Amino acid sequence: MKEINILVLANHAEILETILRLIGNNASWKGIGAGSAEQAFSAMEKNKFDLVLLGVGVDEETGRQIMEYCRKADPKMRCIRHYGGGSGLLYSEIQHALQT
Amino acid sequence: MKNSILHRSASRFSADHGWLKSAQTFSFHGNYDPDRIQFGALRVLNDDTVNGGKGFGRHPHDNMEIISIPLEGTLEHQDSMGNVAVIRPGEIQAMSAGTGIYHTEFNKNENEPVTFLQIWLYPDKLNVVPRYDQQSYSHGDRHNRFLQILSPEPDDEGVWINQNAWFHLGDFDEGTAAEYDLKVAGNGLYIFVISGEAEVNGQMLNTRDGYGIWPESRVSFRAVTDTSLLIMEVPEKW
Repeated sequence: MKEINILVLANHAEILETILRLIGNNASWKGIGAGSAEQAFSAMEKNKFDLVLLGVGVDEETGRQIMEYCRKADPKMRCIRHYGGGSGLLYSEIQHALQT
Repeated sequence: MKNSILHRSASRFSADHGWLKSAQTFSFHGNYDPDRIQFGALRVLNDDTVNGGKGFGRHPHDNMEIISIPLEGTLEHQDSMGNVAVIRPGEIQAMSAGTGIYHTEFNKNENEPVTFLQIWLYPDKLNVVPRYDQQSYSHGDRHNRFLQILSPEPDDEGVWINQNAWFHLGDFDEGTAAEYDLKVAGNGLYIFVISGEAEVNGQMLNTRDGYGIWPESRVSFRAVTDTSLLIMEVPEKW
């Protein structure tokens, strides 16, 4: 099964850690965390991601910039808002983003 | 845009964790159906029953408006803002998760289950300061009428949240009719039958059925039996 690489941007360290742990529960998903927009851009320059999740602390403008960057870098790369900060919505958000 | 969507009680997702039994109207946790994601800003409608003394351990949330409405039993809430509270039937709890919050929700009683509706709405603002509130209301306030229990306005009736949504509860005697006018044209209305049978704009609904409509005018209700209803007005976009 193809490994799905997911970048998670969130400025709340404990919530970011939780989301990465939850992503790690799926053997075919690999999550990498970024605590700031700068870290996220740096990670995207060095790695190829299938999905970018914009989590807590990412404001509207930064979110737009990252979505635009993703669209230009790779039209297949999905970039969505993650809501809820836990397991409730995370899995369906990821599945939905990868299937649509 | 569809004008209506019917979610029969039996069509809901089911999760059984032993201590927790959950009937989920929309995709949640490990349950996923691309056709059952949300109804406008309404993203989660879970009908949860937690065994005595059990509950949800410390876990985080962010950027979500989370509402709990106990139906039976007693729920104890604790959160990272220092709030410690107990809520019972006749009360509503609202939590704006915003920039991040941790909380626990436990059944306060060791010997009786607690059943409550767990409802999540997308917020209309990102990264707000987290906030907790709870309020009580009496049965008489909602007897044969819709009682507002949630709105977007701090000074309005009920708790308030960061979304243009209004919730009402009503307990109707058999044969009683009622009507509801949207607060905002273009919003949707999601009806959840807590108990009983009701007819809504000609659609028959049974206990725990959900019915989402995008009404063009006033919505008509008729209680076929003694019926308890929760109606949620939510925006399609925000």
